[in-house]
Amino acid sequence: MTSGAARQDGTGERQQGTLRVKRGLAEMLRGGVIMDVVTPEQAKIAEDAGAVSVMALERVPADIRRDGGVARMSDPALIAAIQEAVTIPVMAKVRIGHFAEAQILQVLEVDYIDESEVLTPADEAHHIDKWAFSVPFVCGATNLGEALRRISEGAAMIRSKGEAGTGNVVEAVRHLRSIIGDLRKITTADPAERYAWAKQLQAPIELVEEVAATGKLPVPLFCAGGLATPADAALVMQLGAEAVFVGSGIFKSEDPARRARAIVEATAHFGDPEIVAKVSRGLGAPMAGAEISTLEVKLADRGW
Amino acid sequence: MSGRGPLVGVLALQGDVREHTGLLAGLGIEARAVRRPVDLDELDAIVLPGGESTTLSLLLQSAEVFEPLAARLAKGLAALGTCAGMILLAREVLDGREDQRCLGAIDVSVRRNAFGRQVQSFEADLAVRGIDKAMHAVFIRAPVVERVGPGVEVLASVEGPDGASRPVVCRQGRVIVASFHPELAGDDRLHRLLLDLVG
Repeated sequence: MTSGAARQDGTGERQQGTLRVKRGLAEMLRGGVIMDVVTPEQAKIAEDAGAVSVMALERVPADIRRDGGVARMSDPALIAAIQEAVTIPVMAKVRIGHFAEAQILQVLEVDYIDESEVLTPADEAHHIDKWAFSVPFVCGATNLGEALRRISEGAAMIRSKGEAGTGNVVEAVRHLRSIIGDLRKITTADPAERYAWAKQLQAPIELVEEVAATGKLPVPLFCAGGLATPADAALVMQLGAEAVFVGSGIFKSEDPARRARAIVEATAHFGDPEIVAKVSRGLGAPMAGAEISTLEVKLADRGW
Repeated sequence: MSGRGPLVGVLALQGDVREHTGLLAGLGIEARAVRRPVDLDELDAIVLPGGESTTLSLLLQSAEVFEPLAARLAKGLAALGTCAGMILLAREVLDGREDQRCLGAIDVSVRRNAFGRQVQSFEADLAVRGIDKAMHAVFIRAPVVERVGPGVEVLASVEGPDGASRPVVCRQGRVIVASFHPELAGDDRLHRLLLDLVG
């Protein structure tokens, strides 16, 4: 995807929507916090607290869980109002496989599209062909195979899924440890074993070869799903996440502005327990949270 | 600097820190991650990475690095800033958050997100004065320079969204700023320029 011919200003041809440009925005968000917001006012609170980006949606995952029914892409008018309210990048979610919703978000010029298991899937076999879009995509993954399949479909950022809307970090930890643990193992695999890995992960051998050589995903790995405290952010960052998504955890807590700010500080200084301790003081009640075994629906099971 | 090479810091509060430290490592420099005021001690140069400038502005202040860094820059600390780093080093930011602060190390006014949203982000070859062959420039929601003060040298410009020519690489004294991300293309030539300035 290119635009225009060589210009008279010292630049050659401009290329838009390349993988480097898509992945580049994800690289800029590293070390930061992406916050779910449902109104322009919340978006402003998030930006003022130091969010690197906001996820614009109608209901946070905790409310989607509570309300039940089909969860779809948000009203474009709401997304546009949130884009107007802040200067930081704005992301929005589409249902798994729902490329027509993604086309709408591309027209709206959202900065990242999240093909998300938090919404009700639209296709039970296929994810979106993300190479067909110039807006970059982020997708969830519970393990390395899922992550590599999403990357092969064109995802420019991966987030470990966790279990959204629970305020319980245990699934996020499980998924992150699974992805990073397998990355570590693959680096020691010999060439023959890499084919077995590709088969086991149901992922392209080229991507398996690449992660074997580099020890990391070809795109940034962020963490989502159940984070509610500064300590949760510090935990997953130390486990190897490169940035965090916080959904219900902020605006379902007693003092969202203070909690948001504290999670931003803890994410930036994840390796410094003194700072994490300092910012964790007196934040008011976190979101109540839920035990995973009590859930009727496990959102992380969605996606293939 | 005695027998060793220059001591270079990379601001490591948020953003693409690793790409910058990687480029510096390729030049034989083991960069120091800067997160606290004490990390500024004895630095010969600092790199401010790409990231989200509003977030970095807040984190610089809460980490109490902002004032001592501004003071070191005023006394001639060499610096390279890319994208968000350019915004932070500028005298003035346009289209920023109301409370966003700049370090004022180079006399330019910078407009954030000048090209628009992510779909307008692009990569292109770019001729830069003083650099032999074109750089491959990756512009991500990039800023441009809208005002250049006396004493600021413009090293490269591109056509802005309004059709006017806009500076994207500038230098004043020992401070270099770029709208784009040479670190994403693995191009270390602006970093070499920084090291040359430290001498």
